[in-house]
Amino acid sequence: MSAEAHTSTEYIRHHLQNLTYGQHVDGTWGLAHTAQEARDMGFMAINVDTMGFSILLGVLFLFFFRMVAKSAAPGVPGGLQNFVEWVVEFVDSSVKGSFTARNPMVAPLALTIFIWIFLMNLMDLLPIDWLPGVAGALGLPFMKVVVSTDPNATFGMSLTVFALVLYYSVKMKGLGGFVGELTLQPFGKWGMPANLLLEGVNLIAKPVSLALRLFGNMYAGEMIFILIAIMFSGGAVLAVTGGVLQWAWAVFHILIITLQAFIFMTLTIVYLDMAHQEHH
Amino acid sequence: MNINMTLIGQSITFAIFVWFCMKFVWPPIVSALEARKKLIADGLAAADRGKHELELAAKRASETMHEAKLKASDIIAQAEKRAVQIVEEAKGAAKGEGDRMISSAKAEIEQESHRAREALRGEIAALVVAGAGKVLRREVSAQAHADLLEVIKNEL
Repeated sequence: MSAEAHTSTEYIRHHLQNLTYGQHVDGTWGLAHTAQEARDMGFMAINVDTMGFSILLGVLFLFFFRMVAKSAAPGVPGGLQNFVEWVVEFVDSSVKGSFTARNPMVAPLALTIFIWIFLMNLMDLLPIDWLPGVAGALGLPFMKVVVSTDPNATFGMSLTVFALVLYYSVKMKGLGGFVGELTLQPFGKWGMPANLLLEGVNLIAKPVSLALRLFGNMYAGEMIFILIAIMFSGGAVLAVTGGVLQWAWAVFHILIITLQAFIFMTLTIVYLDMAHQEHH
Repeated sequence: MNINMTLIGQSITFAIFVWFCMKFVWPPIVSALEARKKLIADGLAAADRGKHELELAAKRASETMHEAKLKASDIIAQAEKRAVQIVEEAKGAAKGEGDRMISSAKAEIEQESHRAREALRGEIAALVVAGAGKVLRREVSAQAHADLLEVIKNEL
């Protein structure tokens, strides 16, 4: 392995490692300075960058929307209000289109998912060395900017959605109804094990696919940005090519980040709608 | 890439954000949207009503105008009729007046001629008496022959 390849590998690894705070193997608490240290911390550790950026973006989103909500009036809307209302109406029409039951929580949930994921994905469009560079200058060993490339974040959301699905399934259909849905179809009561297997997979697939779809898309997109960024150190021709590629991929990525946020929102609505259905 | 406490932290953060959004963000915006929708619908309805009323008013105006025209032509016809009537009346009155004047003139002439004749009769009677006196060469008492003279006067 050449020195060049080695630093490239290190560069990629460095970009894919979260800033993790937890208990070291020797019992002291602190930041993990290598990927191995982070792994050794086990479950009782926290990704500071993931939490920090997601909370920052979420607060930003809620701050702006709350600002508009406070001053919202039926008169002629201003610029920011116009934008916010456009987003709200878009989400509202999505919810009305897919969600047939009545639940005042679903639409705000969908809005939060859409905007929050969109903002987290949007961090991907920042040149990938800016914030990690700043963090490095501040002495932090790692800094992963795109929250949705951390499976903790995507699974955190999808498991919350899954909990809501379970809660409303039981609430709407009753425990018996929900269990019946899992065990008595599609083959009737004599095919109970097969039914449970099929429906169980069906059920578990919801949060897993939800989280992995978002994570996979963003992770792959981030990876391509990293690979393109490596080209910048490969001479003038490669650097220019890399610049063009980065621009092209960023443009394409705008589509992906919006689409992924939209898919996550829509599937959440659909899953919750299924949880509210009582026709089985 | 390690699953750790971040998972739980993210779930809690997410739940808090959703709660906040549901409590403080969604309802005011949606109610503002609903209010605007209602405002616009009301405005459109009012505009429709205004249009309808305008149409009605225009219809009423044209009806009134038509009526006024009819009335005006009625009045003109009446006035013309009245004028003709007045002229006729004036003509009649003038004619009557004329007739009256003519008849009174005639009566006056009659009276005048009658009076003249009376006077003439008187004078003639005097002349006759004077003549007769001369003829008789004697004084004839007018008083004594007044009856006779009267008879003669009436025979003239």
